[in-house]
Amino acid sequence: MRINITANGEARSLDLDPRTTLLDALREHLKLTGSKKGCDHGQCGACTVLANGTRINACLSLAVMHDGDEVTTIEGLGSPETLHPMQQAFLTHDAFQCGYCTPGQICSAVAMLAEFEAGAPSPETPRGAAPTLSDAEIRERMSGNICRCSAYPQIVAAIRDAAEGRA
Amino acid sequence: MRPFTYERAASAAAAVEAAQAPGARFIAGGTNLLDLMKLDIEAPAHLIDVGRLPMAGIEATDEGGLRIGAMATNTAVASDPLVRARFPMLSEAIVAGGSPQLRNKARVGGNLLQRTRCAYFYDPTKPCNKRQPGSGCGALEGLNRNAAIFGASPSCVATHPSDMAVALTALDARVETLTAGGGARSIPVADLHRAPGDTPHLETALDDGELITAVVVPPAPTGGQAYRKVRDRASYAGGLASVAVAGGRLALGMVALKPWRATAAEAALVDGADPAEAIGRELAGASPLGRNDFKVPLVARLAVATMAEARAAANGGGQG
Ligand SMILES: Cc1cc2nc3c(=O)[nH]c(=O)nc-3n(C[C@H](O)[C@H](O)[C@H](O)COP(=O)(O)OP(=O)(O)OC[C@H]3O[C@@H](n4cnc5c(N)ncnc54)[C@H](O)[C@@H]3O)c2cc1C
Ligand code: SF4
Ligand code: FES
Ligand code: FES
Repeated sequence: MRINITANGEARSLDLDPRTTLLDALREHLKLTGSKKGCDHGQCGACTVLANGTRINACLSLAVMHDGDEVTTIEGLGSPETLHPMQQAFLTHDAFQCGYCTPGQICSAVAMLAEFEAGAPSPETPRGAAPTLSDAEIRERMSGNICRCSAYPQIVAAIRDAAEGRA
Repeated sequence: MRPFTYERAASAAAAVEAAQAPGARFIAGGTNLLDLMKLDIEAPAHLIDVGRLPMAGIEATDEGGLRIGAMATNTAVASDPLVRARFPMLSEAIVAGGSPQLRNKARVGGNLLQRTRCAYFYDPTKPCNKRQPGSGCGALEGLNRNAAIFGASPSCVATHPSDMAVALTALDARVETLTAGGGARSIPVADLHRAPGDTPHLETALDDGELITAVVVPPAPTGGQAYRKVRDRASYAGGLASVAVAGGRLALGMVALKPWRATAAEAALVDGADPAEAIGRELAGASPLGRNDFKVPLVARLAVATMAEARAAANGGGQG
């Protein structure tokens, strides 16, 4: 099946077996290997990308379901010369060890702040109130991204810095 | 994954018509169906993508309730100002499930129809009557710590994992559908999932190819609302038990193959029983299996705490 997606701002056309997941299309066909495959079952968040600005697990979506979509991966957020503030904050805070979860963490964190700005609630949000960016809120909202090296304290610190414009 | 063909439905009517083909299945967010297709537990021949149908709106009904389109994402429902104002417990139940990434993708219809997460169902090397009718139930005498305590049968002791469905059951919600013949039906969420009986592979009251188009929630009952869930880690984990309270109505989650409306407890409350007595009346009918015995005292305490939280909300501790 032929599909058209905009990957990191570039229009791409792909001829794919309908079974191809969005994650495999990005990694194997578009050679955007920044997004990682951890579990392939929605259980780890390593494959987190933005589809039309919303964070999703690319492993639990078919590429054909994204015909016409704009997809952003870690490669599209910033480049080594011009890092995204969230990428810079992760570097500054040493918010990783092996780095395998990091592209997913960073994509997730960027979208998480947008969800937060839009007032989306989490289990930490008091009933009827707007959320405040407490550490508990950051941790809960980032719970879809597992880090086996357990760099969680640094990840929270990096996200806080980026959110507060210090990165 | 087995090979399949794929189409994006142009309209709800076209989707229902296409679904009459043998082996055809709807796909909404895909977060449950694709998970199972990767394990060959599901092997549809044709996928009809209903995710982009214009059925994602959330509107107030004349009676003071809400009509939620079946394609609304879990995140959109949980974040909606009307949902948060009228049914705060529904928003809280939704965000207790999965992760933000999953909730961004999952739709209302798909969430209701997600299948059990029983470990034997997920392991094609093990017997499972639900996956392969007649093969036996691996969980009955196996690792059944998260098995049902209500409504199970010797054929299947699995639980339904949805958080949202538990809240909708306590709220007396109904699903609206489009049937194969083009007709519309309205089914209480409480009647959507079947008891396992000796046919646990037959899971819902829907006909083949019947499309859920919306969920209709009636006005909130007086009295507060609350939802509590207990699980093995703080977030991003399926539940061991949950309780939804809406006024005098109670539904229990992850204790049966469907959201379990606690009618015996509700009747006891009407008769003036206190919360502990009332849930005790319900739990008198529980049939734990050994490894899941803990669910009985867990639900007892959880229900009392959730009823107290709902009462506090009704007394001005929130908008519930
Ligand atoms: C790691 C993980 C953890 C999770 N934890 C939780 C949790 O804690 N709590 C919880 O509640 N859920 C949890 N989930 C499940 C998740 O919420 C469901 O996968 C999701 O809600 C399914 O919605 P979907 O739109 O992606 O469904 P799909 O996968 O698209 O569809 C599921 C089923 O419904 C059918 N279907 C879909 N829409 C319709 C319709 N409109 N009419 C008729 N049939 C339809 C499909 O044919 C399919 O059989 C978890 C999932 C994962 C992967
Ligand atoms: S409990 Fe149900 S789903 Fe689990 S193994 Fe038994 S039959 Fe299968
Ligand atoms: S690879 Fe997608 S969630 Fe783990
Ligand atoms: S840095 Fe190794 S898994 Fe997170």
